[in-house]
Amino acid sequence: MDVRLQMAMVFHLDKCIGCHTCSVACKNVWTDRKGAEYMWWNNVETKPGTGYPTAWEDQQKYHGGWEQKNSQPDLRMGRRELRVLNIFHNPHLPKLDDYYEPWTYKYEDLFDSPEGADQPTARPISMITGNYVDIEAGPNWDDDLGGSPVYAANDPNLDSLTEEERAQVFEIDRLVFFYLPRICNHCINPACVAACPSGAIYKRGEDGIVLINQEKCRGWRMCVTACPYKKSYYNWSTGKSEKCILCFPRLETGQAPACFHSCVGRIRYLGGLLYDADRLLDTLHVPDDKLVESQREMILDPRDPQVREGALRNGIDARALEACERSPVYRYVKQWKMALPLHPEFRTLPMLFYVPPLLPVMAKSEDGLYDTANAELFSPIEKARLPMKYMASLFAGGNQELVRYALKKQYAVRMFKRLDTVGDVDAAAIKRGLEQLNMTGAEAEQIFRLTALPLFDERFVIPSSHREQALAMLNEDMWAEKGGAGFGFRAAPVRGA
Amino acid sequence: MHNNLLYIILPYTAFTVAVVFTIYRYRKDGFSYSSLSSQFLESKELFYGSVAWHFGVIGALTGHAIGFLFPKSVLWFNGVPVRLYILETTGLLFGLLALVGIVSLTVRRATSSRVRAVTSKMDVVVVMLLLIQVSLGVYIAVFYRWGSSWFVTSAVPYLRSLWLLQPDLKMIEPLPLIIKLHIVNFYLLLIVFPFSRLVHMLVVPLQYLWRPYQIVIWNWNRRRAQAHAPQPARQPAGVASSADEHAAEGRPVFTR
Repeated sequence: MDVRLQMAMVFHLDKCIGCHTCSVACKNVWTDRKGAEYMWWNNVETKPGTGYPTAWEDQQKYHGGWEQKNSQPDLRMGRRELRVLNIFHNPHLPKLDDYYEPWTYKYEDLFDSPEGADQPTARPISMITGNYVDIEAGPNWDDDLGGSPVYAANDPNLDSLTEEERAQVFEIDRLVFFYLPRICNHCINPACVAACPSGAIYKRGEDGIVLINQEKCRGWRMCVTACPYKKSYYNWSTGKSEKCILCFPRLETGQAPACFHSCVGRIRYLGGLLYDADRLLDTLHVPDDKLVESQREMILDPRDPQVREGALRNGIDARALEACERSPVYRYVKQWKMALPLHPEFRTLPMLFYVPPLLPVMAKSEDGLYDTANAELFSPIEKARLPMKYMASLFAGGNQELVRYALKKQYAVRMFKRLDTVGDVDAAAIKRGLEQLNMTGAEAEQIFRLTALPLFDERFVIPSSHREQALAMLNEDMWAEKGGAGFGFRAAPVRGA
Repeated sequence: MHNNLLYIILPYTAFTVAVVFTIYRYRKDGFSYSSLSSQFLESKELFYGSVAWHFGVIGALTGHAIGFLFPKSVLWFNGVPVRLYILETTGLLFGLLALVGIVSLTVRRATSSRVRAVTSKMDVVVVMLLLIQVSLGVYIAVFYRWGSSWFVTSAVPYLRSLWLLQPDLKMIEPLPLIIKLHIVNFYLLLIVFPFSRLVHMLVVPLQYLWRPYQIVIWNWNRRRAQAHAPQPARQPAGVASSADEHAAEGRPVFTR
């Protein structure tokens, strides 16, 4: 057993209102620079929809992620030996136009235009060429267009549906959409790391954050193709690739990442997960629809004495273990089985999990009235507006049962609390429902608390990183670092000759 | 006199500048070593330009290097006419490939507004020098035939004499002007090398072919972490520690 600590995340989609505050926070902190204007390390998409970059989920087009070949996974980009020849021209690299051409407005014209018959306007100009552009795409171009035949109909996840089911999704009184905020998944089996010819991308041992060493990156752009989530971006100005760093300078000082901290819907949870790195290949050696359960198996219980011993042996200290015990992510993912990874079939073992949205579940209407008469507690779930198949294609590698369970659990909690506060539901039916899901009233209460009323410190349980100890361990002597340079220096501040 | 300047002083200067400043730049500003790819901004024309150029120029340079390193073998190989024809044709094809590539890259750089936005003055200098060099090379291959043989009996002895620090110009003095231009332009490219994007050829990622897929880097040495960690629980004696075996950084999660 090789116990590792991973900073893992849960996004509770039922609470996301699609306000893009997370995206703006990230943009302001990290990507408001030349060459990075088009990058959105955090973006929010509308589903059904094609997202950013357009149709990123379509691996027939982008060739990202892994394929299981016999007992070993290999990159979908092709054999390693042949891939090396692609450094002169990567045939599967997304282009700027797959994202959008970043633009600003020529505001000076509002002030500098000569007097005339017309009001001056600020025309859009490209932030790359400076030329006038017609804006034809943006990072959230299909925002709120869940029913649109132009955008939503091209969602790759709809391919799993029959013609009839597809037609139903776009029926006017079934029209529905939800939001999907995305950041780097900081995967256990990152495809970007595996594809980097320079070996510049790595996973940090202490917390599993995936980073690109800017000094070592040579701009071969293979990570951009390899990442199936398209969360590695090429900076066209510096000639280096960049990606989400999970705000590690904030994490190391005990603060939540900017996008987590600023989330107004409080949908985001952050905490440590322990996993067994030795089981990586076994975990992946299962069919697509078994991947979620397989990944859950890989995640270890921080209370298990054997796990604790393995963790201590690997340098994960007791205080970090204590944080893992309180991890909200562990609860949602492993204990309650409510949070699911996005597209597990890409086989990167993403460490960002989503609680699927319950949505407005009523679907059947007759004479303009929704049918609210439900014989069984969970029949609204079965009649959910978005077909279970669609949700399973997003979050479970096609395994509908897992999504159904996560949704039923949310619904059960909702009804359980309704019995408590309103009291207009059948208590016996709710009891039966809880039993059916193998959950107790106490667990329902816990889920309710962590979902609806979590405090800041309950949402973000950040293990101390103890960089100061690391320093002591590396140098034997803390005095060696005294008087050294902090951030921003490449060399010690020594007086020149 | 100007022969000494062009064929003795210039090459030594160029070589020194190239070596010294390449190392200096790598140490001082390793960040700037990048392919500086513009494929993200324009991909379609780059395919024809970049693929043709790189394969063409690598082939042509390899040919020159073989002549420089194994002149006698080349002469022996060319002893049979058919083999000479094959070698000459191959060389010419690589040259033409490189020419097609560099011309199409130049056109692309001049016409695409997005690519122009990432074009530096040094890029223009490099493209011009390369255009001249490859055009001269192809011209020589066509009009001064059997170069694979005369190259090893004229230019190679001269280059080797430079290498041995005993410059000897007698073999190249009688060469036609075009060939001399090809040689001098090469020295100019050497001078420009450390200050331009050409340095990316030094960071070709060949190590990728045999490295493990996953890379994990620890900020601290895990074995020392165990020994020094201020925590009560200690590993019981006799328990095999998987951490000990791979405490070093960069331990692969799985290999190919």
